[in-house]
Amino acid sequence: MRIIGAGAAILVALVLQTTLAGLVIRGTAALDLVLIVVVYIALKAGPVPGVVAGTVAGLIQDALSNPILGIGGLAKTIVGFLAGVLGTQFILTGPLPRLVMLVMATVLHAAIFMGLYVLLDLRQFPNPVPSVIGQALGNGFVGVVTFQLIEWLPGFVDRRRAGRSLRR
Amino acid sequence: MALADIRQRPGVLLGAAILLHVVLISAQVNTVSGLPVLQVVTFGSFAEVQRGTMAIVDGVRNVWSGYISLRQVHVENDALKLELQTLHVRLQQEHAEAQRTDNLRQLLELRERSHLETTAADVIAAAASPEFRTVTIDKGTNDGLAADMAVISPAGVVGRVVLPAGRASKVQLLIDRNAAAGALIERTRVQGVVEGFGDGSLRMEYVPGSSDVKPGDLVVTSGIDGIYPKGFVIGTIEQVSPGSGGYHQITVRPAVNFTRLEEVLVVRTPAAAHASPEGDQ
Repeated sequence: MRIIGAGAAILVALVLQTTLAGLVIRGTAALDLVLIVVVYIALKAGPVPGVVAGTVAGLIQDALSNPILGIGGLAKTIVGFLAGVLGTQFILTGPLPRLVMLVMATVLHAAIFMGLYVLLDLRQFPNPVPSVIGQALGNGFVGVVTFQLIEWLPGFVDRRRAGRSLRR
Repeated sequence: MALADIRQRPGVLLGAAILLHVVLISAQVNTVSGLPVLQVVTFGSFAEVQRGTMAIVDGVRNVWSGYISLRQVHVENDALKLELQTLHVRLQQEHAEAQRTDNLRQLLELRERSHLETTAADVIAAAASPEFRTVTIDKGTNDGLAADMAVISPAGVVGRVVLPAGRASKVQLLIDRNAAAGALIERTRVQGVVEGFGDGSLRMEYVPGSSDVKPGDLVVTSGIDGIYPKGFVIGTIEQVSPGSGGYHQITVRPAVNFTRLEEVLVVRTPAAAHASPEGDQ
């Protein structure tokens, strides 16, 4: 059930990501929703699901958009693993720790992604810092809000149902 | 079970995932030379594996050929050592045979050259006491030998028969303390008497101090003693110094190596009929 949920979350993130492809800051997408989902799965489930989610999501994302299959997948795999490890070692349930976590994950992802492209002489990223910072902040903000919503929404629905039944 | 193991080891899963991605990326990226990275890396990696495998195979082969198969080599080595020892013995036998043949040839030549009636004999024993320089030969009175017969070798004078028995004789060597022979210096024909000194050397006595004597002069028998045929080599003068009574004190180094006597000739010709094979030359 959790696997299906994770797969669905990745799928939704990919769909949304493709629709938000026009939102670009200096050549780099302002948001990486797939990365946010991967970090969330890793924080909630641990390093192994983080690795699997990062691999699957990254490869699909690569297949959809990137010229080289595997670079984005590798970056998300490593990020998923590290996020999962940190999630098991520290309490990262508050908004601020999650924000920091997402920012760090985005920076690391960008470093691996851009670094590999530059290393393989496939693409250049002139002055990437502003776009990376922008993406990191965007991912952090959207991610924190999304995480809170995901965790708050089921309880909210239950409370609404319970309130309706009491009024009847 | 395997899934549970992987969950316990996320590092392994991460490694596998990274490897998968690297392979995937390499398959799509070309090197500077235009060849796919995956092909180059795979070939390079496999070449290293091949190199390692070959090294292991070579190592095993070396161990096998260098140690395990040495058991056979050990057996072969033993056989070769035995064969080598046998060949060494045979070589020594051949060498001894050749030496003996050479000695006999020289004796034969000496016999033919001297025109003396001689009997060849083998040295079969040395002196029982170090004070007496004698040898025993395997010929005696049964072979016509008698006392005071001269004994010679291709190198020179050996001594004289002092005790003939039926089948053996004792020969007093010239270097014995009691041995003596009439001698002359070949270059100047100055005569004297050569005596044994007991230490392996000879002294030539009664050579006038005014006579011309130099180290290196050849000393031969003079024949006046009635035992040794005239003209046979005794030795060479090694040292000359003023002696007492107006005579030279002359040390003579024997021509014969008395430590290596094996075959000798016994001169059976009567002393009166002795020829002088070398002194006449």
